[in-house]
Amino acid sequence: MTSFRFDTGGLIDRSSVIDFSFDGKKMQGHSGDTLASALLANGQLLMGRSFKYHRPRSVITAGAAEPNALMEIGEGGRLEPNTRATMQELYDGLVAKSQNRWPTLERDFGAINSIASSFFVAGFYYKTFMWPKRFWEAIYEPIIRRAAGLGHLSHENDPDRYEKAYAHCDVLVVGSGPAGLMAAMAAARSGASVIMADEHATCGGSLLREREEIASQPGHEWAAETLAQLAGMDNVTIMARTTVIGAYDQCVFGALERVQKHTALPDHDVPVEKLWRIMAKACVMATGAEERPIVFGGNDRPGVMTASAMRAYANQFGVAAGRTACVFTSSDSGYRTALDMRSCGVHVEAIIDARANAPDIETHGVPVLTGAVVTNVDGGKHGMKGIEIDRGRGHENIPCQSLAMSGGWSPVVHLACQRGARPSWDEDLHCFMPPQSDPAIIASGSANAIWSLTGCLTDGARRGEQAARQAGCRTMKTPVPKARDEASHGSEAVWWVKQSTGKPFVDYQNDVTARDLPLAAREGYDHIELAKRYTTSGMATDQGKLGNVNAIGILADATGKGIEEIGTTTFRPFYTPVSFGALGGQHVGEHFRPVRMSPLHNWAADLGAEFVETGLWYRSSWFPEKGDDWLAAMTREVLNTRANVGICDVSTLGKIEIKGSDATEFINRLYSNAFAMLPVGKARYGLMLREDGFVGDDGTTSRLSENHYFMTTTTGHAAESMRDIEFAHQALWPELDVQYASVSDQWAQMAIAGPRARDVLAKIVDIDISNEAFGFLAARQIKVLGSIPAMLFRISFSGELAYELAVPAGHGEAVANAIMHAGEPFGIGPYGLEALSAMRIEKGFVTHNEINGRVTAGDVGLGKMLSKKKDYIGRMMSEREGLVDADREQLVGVRPLNPDLRFRAGCHLVNPGDVASLETDQGYVSSVAFSPMLESWVGLAMLKRGRERHGDKIVLWDGLREVQIEAEVCDPVFYDPAQEKAHG
Amino acid sequence: MAYLINCPHCGQRTTDEFYIKGDASKQRPGTIGDDTMNQWHDYVHIRDNVRGRTAEHWHHTGGCRQWLVVERDTVSHEVYAVAPASSRTPGKTSATPARKSAARKTPARNTTSRKTARGEKK
Amino acid sequence: MKYSVFSLARNALSGHKNWQPAWRSPDPKPEYDVIIVGGGGHGLATAYYLAKVHGITNVAVLEKGYLGGGNVGRNTTIIRSNYLLPGNNPFYEKSLQLWEGLEQDFNFNAMVSQRGVVNLFHSDGQRDAFVRRGNAMRIHGVDAEILDTHALRELMPFLNFNDGRFPIMGGLMQRRGGTVRHDAVAWGFARGADMRGVDVIQHCEVTGIRREKGRVVGVETSRGFIGCKKLGLAAAGNSSTVAKMAGLELPIESHVLQAFVSEGIKPWIDNVVTFGVGHFYISQSDKGGLVFGGDIDGYNSYAQRGNLPTVEHVVECGLAMIPSLSRARVLRSWGGIMDMSMDGSPIIDKTGIDNLYLNAGWCYGGFKATPASGWCFAHTIANDAPHELNSQMRLDRFRTGYVMDETAHGAQPNLH
Repeated sequence: MTSFRFDTGGLIDRSSVIDFSFDGKKMQGHSGDTLASALLANGQLLMGRSFKYHRPRSVITAGAAEPNALMEIGEGGRLEPNTRATMQELYDGLVAKSQNRWPTLERDFGAINSIASSFFVAGFYYKTFMWPKRFWEAIYEPIIRRAAGLGHLSHENDPDRYEKAYAHCDVLVVGSGPAGLMAAMAAARSGASVIMADEHATCGGSLLREREEIASQPGHEWAAETLAQLAGMDNVTIMARTTVIGAYDQCVFGALERVQKHTALPDHDVPVEKLWRIMAKACVMATGAEERPIVFGGNDRPGVMTASAMRAYANQFGVAAGRTACVFTSSDSGYRTALDMRSCGVHVEAIIDARANAPDIETHGVPVLTGAVVTNVDGGKHGMKGIEIDRGRGHENIPCQSLAMSGGWSPVVHLACQRGARPSWDEDLHCFMPPQSDPAIIASGSANAIWSLTGCLTDGARRGEQAARQAGCRTMKTPVPKARDEASHGSEAVWWVKQSTGKPFVDYQNDVTARDLPLAAREGYDHIELAKRYTTSGMATDQGKLGNVNAIGILADATGKGIEEIGTTTFRPFYTPVSFGALGGQHVGEHFRPVRMSPLHNWAADLGAEFVETGLWYRSSWFPEKGDDWLAAMTREVLNTRANVGICDVSTLGKIEIKGSDATEFINRLYSNAFAMLPVGKARYGLMLREDGFVGDDGTTSRLSENHYFMTTTTGHAAESMRDIEFAHQALWPELDVQYASVSDQWAQMAIAGPRARDVLAKIVDIDISNEAFGFLAARQIKVLGSIPAMLFRISFSGELAYELAVPAGHGEAVANAIMHAGEPFGIGPYGLEALSAMRIEKGFVTHNEINGRVTAGDVGLGKMLSKKKDYIGRMMSEREGLVDADREQLVGVRPLNPDLRFRAGCHLVNPGDVASLETDQGYVSSVAFSPMLESWVGLAMLKRGRERHGDKIVLWDGLREVQIEAEVCDPVFYDPAQEKAHG
Repeated sequence: MAYLINCPHCGQRTTDEFYIKGDASKQRPGTIGDDTMNQWHDYVHIRDNVRGRTAEHWHHTGGCRQWLVVERDTVSHEVYAVAPASSRTPGKTSATPARKSAARKTPARNTTSRKTARGEKK
Repeated sequence: MKYSVFSLARNALSGHKNWQPAWRSPDPKPEYDVIIVGGGGHGLATAYYLAKVHGITNVAVLEKGYLGGGNVGRNTTIIRSNYLLPGNNPFYEKSLQLWEGLEQDFNFNAMVSQRGVVNLFHSDGQRDAFVRRGNAMRIHGVDAEILDTHALRELMPFLNFNDGRFPIMGGLMQRRGGTVRHDAVAWGFARGADMRGVDVIQHCEVTGIRREKGRVVGVETSRGFIGCKKLGLAAAGNSSTVAKMAGLELPIESHVLQAFVSEGIKPWIDNVVTFGVGHFYISQSDKGGLVFGGDIDGYNSYAQRGNLPTVEHVVECGLAMIPSLSRARVLRSWGGIMDMSMDGSPIIDKTGIDNLYLNAGWCYGGFKATPASGWCFAHTIANDAPHELNSQMRLDRFRTGYVMDETAHGAQPNLH
C-alpha cells in the first residue's frame, strides 16, 4: 500500500519502539503515535469496511469524528469494539483487529452488497421483506442482523475497574488548543480555579498539528511552555485524555478520563476509565472546529482524507497516505495542506479549487485549478491511483496516491447545544455558530468560528477573562503573544459535486450517499429529522460529526429551502461514546447496592443460618440441621416454637421514636385506627393508608411514656414510612410539636415466642412479666441482664405467647446468646424468615404479599380499623365507591382438598366447573406455606366477595405450570382462631 | 430538574441525594363540607402540570431529611427557590430567588432536623 | 404505489426517480368530520383506523412538528402484552395481535420482531408477583412462561448468575413480545391513513379549541382556524397543555424519560430482557445498537432531555444484570416527555364535553399500545362510546376509585 513514514519530522519519539499487531500482522510504531498513524506508517492504508456496502476504508480524520477506522482492540474480557484508531494511543502489545468483514479485511464477502447497491437505497427495507409474513423473523431479519453491526462485543466479564468522581471549579476549559490554553491562562490569572480538559493524550490541540509559530517559536513548543506554566499554578488542574461528554443543567459537565487505555495490562489498583461530574460556574468551550469533507464521487476511497487530517498526520506523526497528493478544496485550508505536504517531500500534483477565484496564496509552483471539482477517485482497497476532475471541459485524470479535501469548517458546538439550544447558520462564515443562550457556556477560538491563530489566542484570553468574571472573579488582563498568521481563511460551501461519476458519500460509516437525501425528500421525509431517520445519515458512531452539515446543505438544495430553515438535528449527549463500565463506576457486582446486616447477623450465622436477600438486607431464612432442606428446617422450627419456644431476629423492622407534646395527636393522624386513648405501657397494631385511601403499611406503636412513642413499620416500607412521617409533619402539620428519628439501626430486636417464652425471658429481665403484670400488648422500657437498657413488647406475629425485645444494637448478640442460654432448659431454638412466614400465614396475618398497594383495609378484613371519628392520612379517599365496592376481592384462606398437594402463590382462583377466563377469574393466591400444624399446604388468597364464601369449593388455577388443584375457601385464620395462645 | 439543589440546611447538593414527591401547589383539604370529595379528588389527582414555573416537594433524603419546596422551571430546568416545606403556605409561589432562600431561617418548631452549625450559618 | 420487492426493483432500474411521496402535504380544509390533535403514533393510528374500520375519511391529523417527532420516535421499541390487571390485559393483547398483522395491513415493513420479552425476578416475593401476572395472562389466553435459572442460562448465559448482589431466580417470558422499528410505525400509519384520504398536516400547531354552546366547533392553529365535528386529542407528553385549551384539567404530570443506544455491534443479545431489582430493559436493534432504558428522571419536565444521575443509575442496573456490557459504549441518549397518569394506566375516553375525546396518560408504555390505542380511540370517536377494550380506561376512574394501578404505587406519578 501507498502510506509510509517520513524519514524525519513529527512529534513522535523515533528512538522508542512499540510492538503491536493488526489482524495478526506484527507491526511497530513509536511513542507518540496513535494506532491510525502507526498503521499508516506500516503501509496499512486499508483499515476497515463500511456498514452497508462493505467498501474498503481508511482514515478520513485524525480525531474524534473518525467514522471509518474503527477496530476491535484488546482480547478476552478487554475486547473493545468500534475503537477509533485515530483516538487510540499506541501501546506495547496492543492487539487490533479489523471488523465488519468476512472472512478477512482484504477479501470481504460482504462487498458483494456494493454490486446490488442500486437496490439498497435509503429506506429500501421499509418497502420489502414483508412477504410471506413469517419470512421476516425466520429468514430476512436474521440475515440482516448478522450483516449489520460493526465490531464484536465479548460476553466475557471485564477484568478492569472503573471509578466515578466529582470535581469542582470556577472555570472549565474544554480543549487545549491556542484558544483553550489562553483561556485557561487568563481565567487562572484572574484567580479562578480552572480545570482544563483535552481529549487527546497530549495537550496543545491544533498547535501540535500545524506548522505555525507563536512568539517566534514553533507552536507546539509554545504550547508545552504554556502548559508547564499552567501546571505550576495551584489553581489549575490539567486533565489530558479527558473528553467532556455532556453539558447538563446548572453548568454541570460529564467527562470521561481514559486513565489506563494506553496500556496492555492496566494496574488493577487504578481505574481504566473514570467518569467525572464537573461542577463549574462557567465553561469556555474551546473545542475547535471540524473540517468538512466534500461530497464527491469516490470521496471514501483509501487515500482520501480531510486536508487538516493530512496535515496532522504529516506534521504530528510524520506519516502520509501517499507519496503524491492532490488537494480538492473550497477553503484556504487546502492550500496550507498543499504547502505542508510539499515541505514534507510529498509531491503535490495540483490544488483543485472549487471556487472560481483562487485566493492570493503563494503555492510555490503547485498548480492551482480553479472552478474545478473532483468527480471520481480511481482507487481501491490498496490505495489511490488518481483522480478524475472536471473543470468545465470534460473529465480529466490526474494521477496521485492521496487526496486532501476541505469543504470548510464547522465549529464543534455540541456542549452549547446539548441542553436544547440550536446553533444558527452564518451565511458569511458558512457554518453553524454556537448559540449564546447560556451565559455560562462561552465558545472560543475556532469553536466560535475564529479561524486565524492570532484571533484564537486573543479570543481565548478574552473568553477566559469573561468566564472568570462569570464565575465571580475579578479579572486581570492577560497579554496575548504574537503569532505569525496564515494569509487568509476564506471558504465557500460546496455541498455536493453533482457531476460525480463515482459514489459520493455523505455519511461514510452508514454508506449514505448524496443521492439518498433528495430521494428521502421526494418521498416526503423532507424534514431534517425525518431525512436523518429515513436515510440513517448522522446515526452512525460519529453521530454525523463529519457529514451532518453536508447533509443539511444537500437537503436544502433538494427542497429549495435555506440552510437555516432546514436547521440541524438535535445535539444530545454524549459527544463521543462512553463505556458502560465508566458510567457504572464502582457500582458493579456485589457492590451494585449496599448490604445491610442486622446486628444479630453474626449470631444467626454462628447458628448456621441460611440468609436471603430482602431489599438491601440479608435476613436469616432458616437454620438447617444435619443438612436438612428449607422445608424440613422450617417445619422443625415451627413445631419447636409452637411446642416450646423459639427466637427470631426481627431487627430489620423499621423503628421510629416519636416524642413531643403533640406526639399523640400526630400519631392519631398517621394511623387509620384510634390512637388517642392508647394508655402508657401499651402497644397497639396500627394501619397506615396512603392519601389515596389504599393501605400503605402496618405495624405496632407503643406508648412508652406520656409523650414518647416507639413505632415499628414493616421491613420493606421502613424508609418510605419514615419519609411519609416527615412529610406529614413538615409539609402538612408543621404546627404540631413532635420530634421523630429513625432508630432502625440503633436497636437489635428479637421475637421470643412459644409457650415457654415467659419462662425464658423471666430469667433475664428486671420486671415481673407474669400475665397479670405484663399482659397481652404490654410495652415497657426495662433492663436486661442487670444493666442493659431494653424495650419489651408483648406482641405476637406467630400467634404464640410472644414478646419482642429490643436492646441497643451493640448488645444484640450478647443478649441473644444469653436468651439462648437461658432457654436451653426449655428447648429454645432459633427460627428464621421461612418459619416466621409459615406461622403468620397459619394465623392469617397480612404482609405486603397481601397489602400490595392495590388493597383496601376492608379487603383484608381490617375495615373496622378505619376510624369515622377523626381525620387521618387517606381517610377521605378511602371512602370512594371503587374502594368500598362489595364485589372487591377479600382476604380468605384456601386449603387444598388433598393436603399433600403443593400450590404456589400467584395461582388464580376459578369456580369449579368454570372454564378459566378473564370473565371467570375470581381472584388469586397471595401467600402460600406448608403448615406444620395442619400438615397441609395452606394459602391466603384474595377472592371476590370472599368473606361470604367460606366453605365454598374453589379451583387453584396455575396455568403457567398447568396445574389445577381443588381447594376449600376458609377463614384466613387457620390456627388457634380464638387467640388463646397469644393471650395465655 | 436541576442537577444541583441549594438545600437551605446543607448547601448545594446533587439531585441524587433527593427524593421527589411532586406537586406542592395544593393545600390538603379538610374532611367537613359539601364539596370535600371534589376538593380531595383535586388535591390527590389533578395537576396543573405547568409548562414553566412550578413548585414541588423534594425530600433531602441523603442529607438533612427535611422536606423542601423546590420552585423551578419545567422547561429550562432553572431553580428559582428552595425553602423548607414547613415555612411555606401551599399554593403560594415565593418570589425569593434561590440564593436568598438559603438564608431563610427555618421556624423554631421545625424540630426534627439535626441542624448543624454549618446549616445555621448558611 | 404499493411497496414490494417488485416496485423496488422497478424503481432501481429507473434510478429511483419515480418514487411518489409516502404521503401528501395537503393544505387544511375549512372543516373535517374529525380532527385528531397529534401526529404521533397514536394520532396517526387513530386516523388510520377511523378510515379503515369506520369509513370516516374526512379526517385531519394536525402535528405541530414533524411526523412521529414525539414519543413514537424516542422510545425503546418494545412490544408486549404482559399485563396484570383485567382493564389493561385484553387491551394490550389486542395491540399485540394488531402488531402481528400490521405490516401487511398497512404495506410498510416496520420490522415487527417477536423475539421474546423476559422479565427477571430476584426474590420469592417477586416470583409470586410474576406468577400471578403470568397466570393473569394465561387466563386470558395470552402466552406466558415461567423460566427457571436452568432455562435462563440456556437462553442468556451472559446474565449475572454468579457474583451479583441479587440472585437471578428466574424469569417471566412472553415469546410473542419483541421489538418494532419505531419510526416506521408512524410512517406506516401516516402513509396508510393518507392513502385512505386522511389529511396529515405537519407543522400545524393547535393553539386553541373553539367552543360554541359547550360543543367544540374547531381548533385555532398556526395555519388558521379549522372546523370539525369531532375533536380527538392524542398529544401525549403535552396532553395537559392541549386539554387546558378546552378547560380540562387532567390527572397527569409530564415527566422526562431517557432512553439510550449503544454503538452498533454484531448480534449480542437476542431477546428483550428486563432487570428486576432496578428498572432496566435492553434489546438489540436490527442495525446492531443496544437499545436500553430505565426509570424516568423523576421530576416534572417538558424539556425532552434528562440528566446524568439517571443515566448512571440505568447503566448500573444494566451492568448488574449483564456484566459484560462493560466494554460496550453508549452512543446517544435522548429524552421524551411522558404523560404520567395517577395510576400508571392510560385514558381513552369521552370527556365532559360532548364531541371532545381524550387519548392520554400513556406513562412510558405508549409505544406498544399504538395500534390498539388508535383502534380503540377510533371506535370511541366513531361510536361516541368506548369499546369494551378501553371501557376501564376512564377519565373519571380517579374520582370513583376504580383505578388500574399496575405498579401499585398510588397517586404518585413518578413512581409508576
